[in-house]
Amino acid sequence: MIGAAVWRGPEAAVLTVGAVLVALLAFGIFVAFTGLDPFAVYKVLYLGAFGSRFSIETTLTLAAPIMLTALCVVIPARAGLLIIGGEGALVLGGLGSVLAGVALNGAPASLATPLILLAGAAAGAIWIAIPAALRQFRGVNETISTLLFNYIAIALLNHLVSGPIRDYGQPLKPTSWPIPSAFMIGTIPGLSVHWGLVYGVAACLVAFVVLRQTTFGFALSILGGNLRAAQMAGLPVAALALTAAALGGAAAGLAGAVEVVAVHGAASISLVVGYGYAGILVAFVARQNPLAVVLAALLVGGISASGGLLQRRFGMPDAASTVLEGCIFLAVLGSNSLYGRLRFLQSRSAEVK
Amino acid sequence: MSVGGDIGVWSVLLAIVGSALRVSTPYLFVSLGETLTEKSGRINLGLEGTLMMGAMSGYAVALGTGSPWLGVLGAGVTGAAFGLLHAGLCSLPRVNDIAVGIALFIFGTGFAVYLGKPLVHPVAPRLPDIDLGFWSSLPSLRAALQVNALLIIGILLAPAMLWILHNTRWGLKLRTVGDSADAARALGYSINGVRATATAIGGFFAGVGGAFLSLYYPGAWTENLSSGQGLMAVTLVIFARWNPINCVFAALLFGGASALGPALQAVGITSNYYLYGAAPYVLTLVLLIRTSSTKHRLFGAPSELSINK
Repeated sequence: MIGAAVWRGPEAAVLTVGAVLVALLAFGIFVAFTGLDPFAVYKVLYLGAFGSRFSIETTLTLAAPIMLTALCVVIPARAGLLIIGGEGALVLGGLGSVLAGVALNGAPASLATPLILLAGAAAGAIWIAIPAALRQFRGVNETISTLLFNYIAIALLNHLVSGPIRDYGQPLKPTSWPIPSAFMIGTIPGLSVHWGLVYGVAACLVAFVVLRQTTFGFALSILGGNLRAAQMAGLPVAALALTAAALGGAAAGLAGAVEVVAVHGAASISLVVGYGYAGILVAFVARQNPLAVVLAALLVGGISASGGLLQRRFGMPDAASTVLEGCIFLAVLGSNSLYGRLRFLQSRSAEVK
Repeated sequence: MSVGGDIGVWSVLLAIVGSALRVSTPYLFVSLGETLTEKSGRINLGLEGTLMMGAMSGYAVALGTGSPWLGVLGAGVTGAAFGLLHAGLCSLPRVNDIAVGIALFIFGTGFAVYLGKPLVHPVAPRLPDIDLGFWSSLPSLRAALQVNALLIIGILLAPAMLWILHNTRWGLKLRTVGDSADAARALGYSINGVRATATAIGGFFAGVGGAFLSLYYPGAWTENLSSGQGLMAVTLVIFARWNPINCVFAALLFGGASALGPALQAVGITSNYYLYGAAPYVLTLVLLIRTSSTKHRLFGAPSELSINK
């Protein structure tokens, strides 16, 4: 039901592209009703997302964390878990990386930065492994518990940055202690996009290979497809589910760590900007395929990036990008019902009976 | 013990009761709505979007007509439309209701903020107060007992809903669809039809809950109006064990818990402010852990609910 069991290549691609076009059409009709020229809006949407060097860089910067939070949905989904806790795992990743960064003060950056990223990933992994363990051993629904975990993570963040780890030198907004500036990671040479993009794309590629080409990935898909079959085959069901959840959590935690070491330099409520929820959207648009996550994250990142330009050109509210993203999400979900209905997409063997 | 200390304690308690009564109303409406939807075997995780749409449209209608009660009605109708959208998508094959809920959460929030942009400055008429503390001469008590008619309507709705679920033909039909789709199909019921009705009514309630936010407390339309009351609906329903009467207590408890931090802050206890804010979520989690089992579904949960499978 989550759509992770099978990747039906061409059919999935056609349905998704079709759904995105339907969503764009619906959005165009909506903006026409508000008195704007839809084609002018489409053009600005494209220009704001991919039209100039600056807009492409913004799109890539926004897409990077979304790729990682999407993996927090995709990898557990392969094992049949619907995890929506990416937002919380990202927050925990940010907190973990700040604590590691402060603890490692004085260490050489070449050693400290990888450790900080690792600490963020580990914090996210543990955070998401807990709901998976509750599911395995207590039968607690993982979707509901990860939703609660998001709120708990944000409360924890607010608590820590407003007291225990607060940097009182920042009077305006409660902010944690900063990590030493030597540990910050810079931008990719020739682009003003931070290294998080490389981590995001690399994580998606690795996830694709692991889920597609390894015994572990195959075992996960058996578990996700049919729990009984997995038990009958003697697979270590609990260990597999926990590992899948932890890997997903690690990806989202890494996203939080990257936001700290590449953007903010400290943890604050600025970490909570909806990357986790955008990751859910991207995972479903990509139909739980890690390679498609890269493309879907670029699409969603591009839509978010063009929000500012839409605002300046047409005076549209900045929620315009959220509306379009919501339309795309709904259209993609609706298109699931068309699987197997489009005759020209069915494989030959299905027709020859 | 000084007299001043006593008054301090009492005023904190009264402040908590007063703001619990105020804060709990949207919780009550979303949980009643979600209970009805889940009783039909479907889960709507998108009530946050519905709540925001209700708040925005309620404010707009009240502004346009000058009547806050027409605003409440408008909010309910908008919410019902969102419920029908959810039901329509979920009735398609291979469409996951939880995913549709998340999509409607994103879409509804964005849409409400988009359409509500011109509503940020104008002032719409507010829903009137009901002075339940008229018999008292203590100003703090009177302030605490100043409630809104919607709270009373919600509290009356709960037993009515329980009665309808257990004593009417439609209630039986709804529970049948929620507990065994196969049995309902064998009886010739339209499963999608029943679920669509339940989701639309659930959306209506959530929309009314939103109107409370924009038309009474806090009483204005802003982009950050909701603090996740809609997302909490699913949790509240689990907490209330799918029983409308329990929804009242769950809503009051959650309202009280979210009033705890601000009330303590008002008397100068500011440490751990945010941890108190997390109390409802931790409480629900503990409850879930204690009552869940790998052997059986949650006590009271409709069997067709996807979170049981």
